[in-house]
Amino acid sequence: MPNMKVHIRFPEDKIKEPVIYQIGHEYKVVTNVRRADVRETTGWMDLELTGDSTEIERAIAGLRKKGVIVDPIELNVVE
Amino acid sequence: MATMKALVCRECGKEYPTKAIHVCEMCFGPLEVKYNYEEIKKHISRKKIQDGPHSIWRYADLLPVEGPVFLGPHAGMTPLVRAKNLGAYLGLDELYIKNDTVNHPTLSFKDRVVAVAITRARELGFETIACASTGNLANSVAAHAAASGMRAYVFIPGDLEAAKVLGNLIYKPNVVEVEGNYDDVNRLCSEIAGEHAWAFVNINIRPYYAEGSKTLAFETVEQLGWRTPDQVVIPMASGSLLTKIWKGLHEMKNLGLVDDVRTKINGAQAEGCSPISTAFKSGRDFFKPVKPKTIAKSLAIGNPADGYYALKATAESKGSMDMVSDNEVVEGIKLLAQTEGIFAETAGGVTIGVLQKLVKQGTIKKGDVTVAYITGNGLKTQEAVIDAIGRPHRIQPSLVSFEQTFKVGKHGSGDA
Repeated sequence: MPNMKVHIRFPEDKIKEPVIYQIGHEYKVVTNVRRADVRETTGWMDLELTGDSTEIERAIAGLRKKGVIVDPIELNVVE
Repeated sequence: MATMKALVCRECGKEYPTKAIHVCEMCFGPLEVKYNYEEIKKHISRKKIQDGPHSIWRYADLLPVEGPVFLGPHAGMTPLVRAKNLGAYLGLDELYIKNDTVNHPTLSFKDRVVAVAITRARELGFETIACASTGNLANSVAAHAAASGMRAYVFIPGDLEAAKVLGNLIYKPNVVEVEGNYDDVNRLCSEIAGEHAWAFVNINIRPYYAEGSKTLAFETVEQLGWRTPDQVVIPMASGSLLTKIWKGLHEMKNLGLVDDVRTKINGAQAEGCSPISTAFKSGRDFFKPVKPKTIAKSLAIGNPADGYYALKATAESKGSMDMVSDNEVVEGIKLLAQTEGIFAETAGGVTIGVLQKLVKQGTIKKGDVTVAYITGNGLKTQEAVIDAIGRPHRIQPSLVSFEQTFKVGKHGSGDA
């Protein structure tokens, strides 16, 4: 089953929202948080998404639509 | 040689074999190379290093390669220039410029990391090397691939300036213009690296690639007569260079090549892309990613992979960080050129600008042995200074016109 590792970041106004729960319900993907640091004003997670490729794509688009910033797990690789 | 022991997760410490992997399967933390220092200690010495090749490969014992074949034989051993004029201008007694504007083959410090990456890639059996880049890294990958007969793919954003595209095409790699912005190229390359058995130097080969930066620390120490500087100023993009210079200094101490590391590590960024410096100045141990907007494009990484580790290394060393405006970048380039005859690219302007700030603040003191790292050649970013350096004096083809313009001789000031 395809999977993708992503680094996601929450703006301050999204910290309290159960975004990962919502994504798991709205799309056919399994969400698996491996590492995270969530504080009062900021937060990030290293997340694995497993599912069909199209569903992973939709889930990423869904995260972005909710105001979450999604990057590859490597962060910026364009040097 | 086989001085590598394993790849190790920088977060959870889990160890992996020394293959083309870069992310911990447990916690998704980044991997780095762990060495067998006990073994290295048995046979490394100052003399062995000094008797080695005049390149980064004199430090092969501390690089993540097996040898004995090293690709990129000309990288490294760039001059450590005693910058008396710039030192006097800034009020520093002992200032040095580590001059990677003349690093080979492509005139930036990237030749160090790419030489290591391509050597390791070949050892791991790869025939294709790739990178995502907007400048120096692409040049270096393309040149090294040409020289070593490897296939190369260089991914660039579709809106890159023509001069930079040319700098890659000349080596005839596969230059892939992606219709999209930096973020699109970024994500595509991450996906391609997961799908194809290629050596992406700054993705799946990153643990090895990044180690090449340590040679800047090794050379500095050797060229200073086996002593560590009091202060260093390092430009930051991903933050990797800073963390590896810190690691390199400590490796030299742990192997008995220097007595002590007394160096304060100082990081430099441009205001238009300063996530790491901003975090440091705000007293935070985490950074907030930004959308880059600066002329210092070789440092324009808004979400830096090693930002957290750069903050940590700087704090451990009791160093500092700062940032400068684009105008200060240009002034920094001019100052270095006009005092030391070294034409740096915009990252060099950032380093000199921040050096100047840290001296003014009293963070770097008059008697501190200070090294500023200049990582790329100014001929690559001429557009950054073109409007700030004046025009030639235009004269008629006559002695009269010349003397009148410069107020010399009998037609100028009246002197005979």
